[in-house]
Amino acid sequence: MSRTRRQIYEDKLRRRSLLIAGASSLAVFAAVIILVPLAPGWEKVAKSFFNWSVFQRTFPGLIEAFLQNIMIFAWSAPMIAILGLIIALMRDVRSPVLFPLRIFGAAYTDIFRGLPVILTVYLIGFGIPGLGLPRPWNSPYIWGTVALVLTYSAYVAEIFRGGIDSVHTSQRAAAQSLGLSERDTMRYVILPQAIRRVIPAQMNMLIALQKDVALLSFIGPVEIFRQAGVFKSLMANFTPYVGAAMIFLAVTIPATRYADYLMSRQAKERS
Amino acid sequence: MKTLLLTTVLTFAAGAALAGGHACYEGKTLTEGKLTVATGNPAYYPWVMDDNPASGMGFEAAVAYAVAEEMGIAADDVTWVRTSFDEAIQPGAKNFDVNMQQYSITAEREEMVDFSSPYYSAAMAVLAVGDATSTPAELSALKELKWGAVGSTTAVPKLIETIAPTSQPLLYGDNADVTAAMQAGQIDAALFDLPTALFLSAVMIEGSKIIGQFPAASSETPDQFGMLMEEGSALKECVDAALASLTESGKLAEIEAQWLQDTTGVPLIAE
Amino acid sequence: MKLSLRGVVKEFGSNRVCDGISLDVAEGQMVCLIGASGGGKSTLLRCINLLEPIEDGEIFLDGEDISVPGLDPAPVRRRIGMVFQSYNLFPHMTAEENAMLAPRRVRGMSSEALRPEITALFERFGLADRMGHYPDQLSGGQQQRVAIVRALAMRPEVMLFDEITSALDPQLVGEVLDVLRLLKDDGMTMVLATHEMNFAREAADKVCFLANGKIIEEGSPSQIFGAPEQPETKAFLARALK
Ligand SMILES: Nc1ncnc2c1ncn2[C@@H]1O[C@H](COP(=O)(O)OP(=O)(O)O)[C@@H](O)[C@H]1O
Ligand SMILES: [Mg+2]
Repeated sequence: MSRTRRQIYEDKLRRRSLLIAGASSLAVFAAVIILVPLAPGWEKVAKSFFNWSVFQRTFPGLIEAFLQNIMIFAWSAPMIAILGLIIALMRDVRSPVLFPLRIFGAAYTDIFRGLPVILTVYLIGFGIPGLGLPRPWNSPYIWGTVALVLTYSAYVAEIFRGGIDSVHTSQRAAAQSLGLSERDTMRYVILPQAIRRVIPAQMNMLIALQKDVALLSFIGPVEIFRQAGVFKSLMANFTPYVGAAMIFLAVTIPATRYADYLMSRQAKERS
Repeated sequence: MKTLLLTTVLTFAAGAALAGGHACYEGKTLTEGKLTVATGNPAYYPWVMDDNPASGMGFEAAVAYAVAEEMGIAADDVTWVRTSFDEAIQPGAKNFDVNMQQYSITAEREEMVDFSSPYYSAAMAVLAVGDATSTPAELSALKELKWGAVGSTTAVPKLIETIAPTSQPLLYGDNADVTAAMQAGQIDAALFDLPTALFLSAVMIEGSKIIGQFPAASSETPDQFGMLMEEGSALKECVDAALASLTESGKLAEIEAQWLQDTTGVPLIAE
Repeated sequence: MKLSLRGVVKEFGSNRVCDGISLDVAEGQMVCLIGASGGGKSTLLRCINLLEPIEDGEIFLDGEDISVPGLDPAPVRRRIGMVFQSYNLFPHMTAEENAMLAPRRVRGMSSEALRPEITALFERFGLADRMGHYPDQLSGGQQQRVAIVRALAMRPEVMLFDEITSALDPQLVGEVLDVLRLLKDDGMTMVLATHEMNFAREAADKVCFLANGKIIEEGSPSQIFGAPEQPETKAFLARALK
């Protein structure tokens, strides 16, 4: 099949922009590679941050510690999704009898979005077990997870609520005119549309959660951030942090790209 | 005229004598004629009393002034700054001449920074809380406890290599967090240097007890505290010389006896 | 009377949108509501379907007062179907799923048990080959017919239509109006808000002219279109039929 004039023209444009992008990236990269080592402190920085022998010795330990992050993430995420949805639904109830639920939902999201995550982790992670719970119920894994779930479900709830609000009221009217109950209207008509719309935004929450799992290190669990800190202290060298950063990026960059892809696909669908 | 000449000669001689005997540090400190010493923020008992190092009270504060005096620096010319461990080891210009925060000397750290010769040999001690206080001072029994430690200290390798607990230890950012975890019943025992353990046991953690120590002298790699200096510091030889003469004169032992409790009552841990 | 309204009042804040409306609809009748935009036609239909609570007055369905405050609206709505100007199909469901959702949930029937009945409805309105399509794969006229099928799947006793052809391209209006004629032949009781004056004149049993929340004039199509009495009605028709 022969190409149309327009296709040929667009190919040419694409090639040219690729060339420009490639060349300029290369130039910046080369400048960094060549100029940074010329800085007077470079040798010390390299020894302290990019130390190959330290990297080799610590990287396997970091990977192993990262399994803890994955574990904590894996059990927190579903709980956050469920609790977030429940809170969002609470904030949406219309019946005046259930008004206290709305108040509770609003207070909940205000409080946990208003607190720095680390503060919640500390207060709940040390505070609640301090009340005298027996082992294993005082585990920092449990209460650290609770802190993450409480904080993140507040954000997730707000995103869900935004999604629910974004479904036009005429959809609710149509469902109700058919005689569907409030519950069925929400479950079969509103939520499926709302959830689909907020998936990209929720993906970004998952990425943020993945990073914030590291905050549990403050109350004991030896996940990657703490493990990197231990290595750093023992060797007086920051290279383990660079290793940890690489592991985080290896996970979060593909996830971020994927979320962006979903987002742009959705934007296209809606236009 | 004669008197004038005599005075000049005498003055000169006095100056020369001073230069010959004590001027090792000249041109090697951050600020000419002054010694800048770093401590923690906050600095803890019994290393520094009342978080006020300039008082010269507390073991490390007293050692700092003794070393300064030995080097020929007046007490008034000792200035104090505060740093974290990370600031102490980061590459680039330091804001201190020496840094004293119970930093243990290790071969790995020596690659990145310089240490003075040791000013204290620390025994590691086991601080236990609750039911664990009745644990016998034997490795086999200690293994079964739930352990904690400060992640940035050499207590971590000691714990993992010597005690090798059966469940994964929890690690924390500082003494206060370990204390919180002990009070919350999340850990049974933690490993500290003996003076710190004595302090925590006596003042901070109710119902806690030191159940044993690993004497510094007995282990293959004794835990010894050194003053941390920039890698390749020219001041090191002066500090080492001062510490050597303080050791020889018995002054260092005197300071130790004054500020650090007698530790002979703590049982040794059996293999 | 199948459906009776007595002095229905509806206010949005201080805006009185229905101002004491009384209306009777007999079994099998088609009643058309006409009038300028903002006259309160949509609101009146929404009140009948209990989508809006009313401030005053009563609404009777088969002689039973359905406007009692606190009454569960869902069982009433099942008996009254409604079709909207903007179709309001559920975009995440196929045409068939749109039609099956309410009967499945409300009548508790399985998809299999419902399928013959639903398929027959789709076939009847010329949509047999569109059952598996999603709303955005259908033309406006097809979507509106699916919306009608969806309402009919609940076997309602009364159907309300709110300007169901206003959003359609002119060439698609006919196929939707044909559906209404079919339903009339079936003997369905219907209330329509419409701007299709020719259709109202031809098919309605009764025409009501609404303005400012009041029924200004009502009567047979020949009366209203042939010999309107009220000056407002005359003025409106003069503009509408131009
Ligand atoms: N949900 C609402 N809130 C406030 N005012 C409304 C609402 N729905 C309709 N109205 C008002 O009620 C009046 C009648 O509207 P409507 O019933 O849509 O008229 P029509 O269908 O005859 O064009 C208009 O003034 C409109 O602005
Ligand atoms: Mg309208």
